[in-house]
Amino acid sequence: MFENMMKIEFLSKSQNESFARVAVAAFASQLDPTIEEITDIRTAISEAVTNSIIHGYENREDGLVKIQSYIYNRELTVIVEDNGKGIDNIELAMQPLYTSRPDLERSGMGFTVMETFMDSLQVESEENKGTKVTMKKVFKSL
Amino acid sequence: MYLEFENNSDILIVRMKGELDHHSAEEVRNIIDDRLDRESIIKLIMDFSEVIFMDSSGIGVVIGRYKKLSSKNGSICITNVRDTVKRVFELSGMFKIINIYDSVEKAIESL
Repeated sequence: MFENMMKIEFLSKSQNESFARVAVAAFASQLDPTIEEITDIRTAISEAVTNSIIHGYENREDGLVKIQSYIYNRELTVIVEDNGKGIDNIELAMQPLYTSRPDLERSGMGFTVMETFMDSLQVESEENKGTKVTMKKVFKSL
Repeated sequence: MYLEFENNSDILIVRMKGELDHHSAEEVRNIIDDRLDRESIIKLIMDFSEVIFMDSSGIGVVIGRYKKLSSKNGSICITNVRDTVKRVFELSGMFKIINIYDSVEKAIESL
């Protein structure tokens, strides 16, 4: 079982991207992470929440984004969930530089950032039901 | 995000302060493009010395300006990027097409 956990839920407004990454970073701070580790977490959370807002809810601001985070030993698990339109082709969406919305000047690097900065990344999605992104990171002991 | 502009002959220098994410990216893009268009400038230096956080939205902003200026035979480079921000840029392979300098002065010389 986990040793600690938290849940937050917020509207799919882009203002909440910074709230989400600060909230998770604050929760993770009890693991005494290095500055680099905390930056990795902040960046990965920012990507996942941005995906939910832009792609899941297509910039509608009345959707809900839910984050759950668990701590077990030195491992942090973060689950970012939305009830948006879902991802059609997860494999394609996860390819570096692929974006379904080239019109938005997006780089297509969101999942690549999450994969690189976290130890593991799992994406589950169902059309018109939503997307659930699960990321884990083990913090090195000081 | 707070932006500060400076003109150096035909070059526009923009100094960004704060966090560059999807939320701030749209405003940053609009303000820079407006300035470039209004003053018909095709050389841009984006200074990151006070960008304390950036996610992949920042890549889109820089590549977007690169595309805009390239189409007018202009150029762009970025300066003073801290390591945490540089790691995000490096993932995209962006430095193959966009030069990075450790000072605005060096960037001015190169453009």
